Amino acid sequence: MSKMGNSRKELKNPNYRYSWRSVFSHHFLRNWQIYVMLIVPVVYYIVFRYVPMFGNIIAFRKYRAGGNLFGSGKLTLRYFQQFTKDKSFWRAFRNTLTLNITYLLFRFPLTLIFALLINEIRNLHWKKFVQTVSYLPHFISMVIVCGMIKELVSTGGPINSLIVALGGQPIQFLAVAKYFVGIFTISGVWQSIGWGTILYLAAMSNINPSLYEAAAVDGAGHFQRVWHITLPSILPTITTLLILDIGGLVGSGGAFEKVFLLYNPMIYSSADIVSTYVYRMGIGSGNYSYATAVGLFEGLINLVLLTIANVTSKKLTQSSLF
Amino acid sequence: MKIKENTGYKVFLVVNTIIMILISAATLYPFLYLVSQSFSSEKAIISGHVGLIPKEFNIKTYVYVLTKGDFLKFYKNTVIYAFVGTILSLTFSSMLGYALSKTEIKLMKYLTPFVIFTMYFGGGLIPNYVLVVRLGLKNTIAAFILPMMISTYYVLLMKSFFAGTPKDLEEAGELDGLDKFGVFIRIVLPLSKPIIATMTLFYAVMYWNNWYQAFLYLRKEKWPVAYYLQTIIRGQGANDQDAQSVATNIKSCAMVLTVLPIICVYPFIQKYYVQGMMLGGVKE
Repeated sequence: MSKMGNSRKELKNPNYRYSWRSVFSHHFLRNWQIYVMLIVPVVYYIVFRYVPMFGNIIAFRKYRAGGNLFGSGKLTLRYFQQFTKDKSFWRAFRNTLTLNITYLLFRFPLTLIFALLINEIRNLHWKKFVQTVSYLPHFISMVIVCGMIKELVSTGGPINSLIVALGGQPIQFLAVAKYFVGIFTISGVWQSIGWGTILYLAAMSNINPSLYEAAAVDGAGHFQRVWHITLPSILPTITTLLILDIGGLVGSGGAFEKVFLLYNPMIYSSADIVSTYVYRMGIGSGNYSYATAVGLFEGLINLVLLTIANVTSKKLTQSSLF
Repeated sequence: MKIKENTGYKVFLVVNTIIMILISAATLYPFLYLVSQSFSSEKAIISGHVGLIPKEFNIKTYVYVLTKGDFLKFYKNTVIYAFVGTILSLTFSSMLGYALSKTEIKLMKYLTPFVIFTMYFGGGLIPNYVLVVRLGLKNTIAAFILPMMISTYYVLLMKSFFAGTPKDLEEAGELDGLDKFGVFIRIVLPLSKPIIATMTLFYAVMYWNNWYQAFLYLRKEKWPVAYYLQTIIRGQGANDQDAQSVATNIKSCAMVLTVLPIICVYPFIQKYYVQGMMLGGVKE
C-alpha cells in the first residue's frame, strides 16, 4: 500500500527525479495485469514444452519406467551407437525421405495450379463453392480420412470394383509394400490441395488490377497475363512456401498419424517412418532411451534444416516463418 | 475497362469449369460414399453393389447407433473434451498472444523467442509421454487436453491480430478508467471477433478430431469418439488390443455422425479463417 502512495506522489510532482526503483514500480503498477496474464501460459510452456525438451537427456542416460524424468546413471552415447547400426532405423529414415519428397513433388505444383485455376473462375458463387468444398478435407480427423482410404481400397470397394470390371484381379492395396507411396501421396494431395491455395489466392487478390489492364492494352492475351503478371507477383509466396516445405522434409510430424493409422507389418518395408519406429521402440517395446535417441536425432536434423530454410527464405524474399 | 476475350480463352473457361467440377466431385466422393453406405443394408454392402446411391435404403442403422451401443457415450466425451479444451485454449492463447503483442514491454523481447523456439525443437514422443505419465495424468481429461492446450502457431496468429488493434482505442479505454484486464476484455476482444472465431474453430476441430492422446493415455470409458472410430475401423485381428469388429454400415454411420458437426459449421466461418490464415503471411 505504501509503495502505491509513493508512486502517486512521484507522478504528481514533475520535478521528481525518478529513481530506478520508482521507474520500475511505476512500470509494474501500469502493467502488472499483463504479467498476471502471462503466469499460466509461461508455466505451461515450461512444464509442457521445455521440461520434455530437456527430457531428451534420457537419450544419453538410462530411463527406467517410473524412474527419474531425466534418467539416471552416467551419460553415454551407447544408444546412438546402437541405432546407427540398426538396419530398421535406416529403412525408416529412407522411407521418411521417400514419402515426404514424393508427396512434396506432387502436392506443391498441383496446389499452385489449382490456385491459378480458381483465380480464373468468373462466377463468384461458383468460386466460393469450389473453395468451400476444397477446404473440407482439412477439417476432417485423420482417423476418418484413413477410414475412408481403407473403404475405398478394400477388396469390395469402388477401386477394386473398377479393376474387376475392367477384367483385372482385385488388389489388396494396403498389404503390398509398393502401393504405399501412391496411397500416401494421393490421399495427401486430396487432403491438402484446397487448404494450400489460401495463401496463393490471398497473394493474387493483392495484385493491382491496373497491371492487367495495362498489359491488355499492350496486347497481352489472358495466358500471357498469367505468365507475365500473376506468376511473378506471387513468386515470393511460392519461394517461401517451397523453401519451408524443403526445410520440413526430414520431419515426420504430419506424416505420423496417417502412417500409423494405415500401416501394418506386411508393408513396414515401405511405410515405416522414423516417428512410427520411435513409437514402436519406445512405447511399444519399452526401450525408452533408445527411442528417445532416435527421436532426438531426427529432431536435430529437422532443427538444422528448418533454420537453414528460414534464413534462406529471409534472404531471398524478406519473408520467413518467424 | 473491358478486356477483349478470344476464342482460346472461352474454351479455357469451359475446360476450367469441367476441371473444377471434377475436383469438387473427387473431394466429395468419399463423403457421399460413406453416407450411401450408412443408409444401406449390411447385406447389400457385402455383396459389393453399393455405390453413391444407397441399396435397400433404411435408417435402422442410425436408430441403432443413436440409441444402442457405445457410440453416444463416446460422442458425449468428445463434446465435453472439445468444449472444456477450447475454452482453456482460447483463454490462455489469447492472453499470451495479447501480452506478446505489447512489444513496448521489454520482457516480450525475450519471451517471444522463448515461445517460438518450441516450434523449431521440442521433446520428442517419448519425453512427452514420460512427462504425462510421471505427472500422474494418465486416464484423466488433463492427459487429453494439456499436451496440446496452447498451440504456438495459433498464439502467433493472435499476436499479429492484436498488434493491429488501434492503440488510441486502448488508451481511450484506460483514460475512461479501465485497467489492463478491462481494456483487454471490453475493448480488444470485441474488436477481435474474426480471430476469435477462427481460433474457436481451429481449436475445437483439433480436440474434436484428436485420437492420439486418447490412444496413449485413456481407458475405454474415457475415449473420445475419434479413437472409438479408430478401434472399429481397425477391426478385429489387427495388432491392436482395442480393436473391435463392427458391421460396415454401422462404421459408416458413426463416421458420418462424427463429421457432421464440422461440416455444418466450417463453411460459415470461412470468411474469418481465410483472413486469419493471411495474418500469418507465410507462417505455416
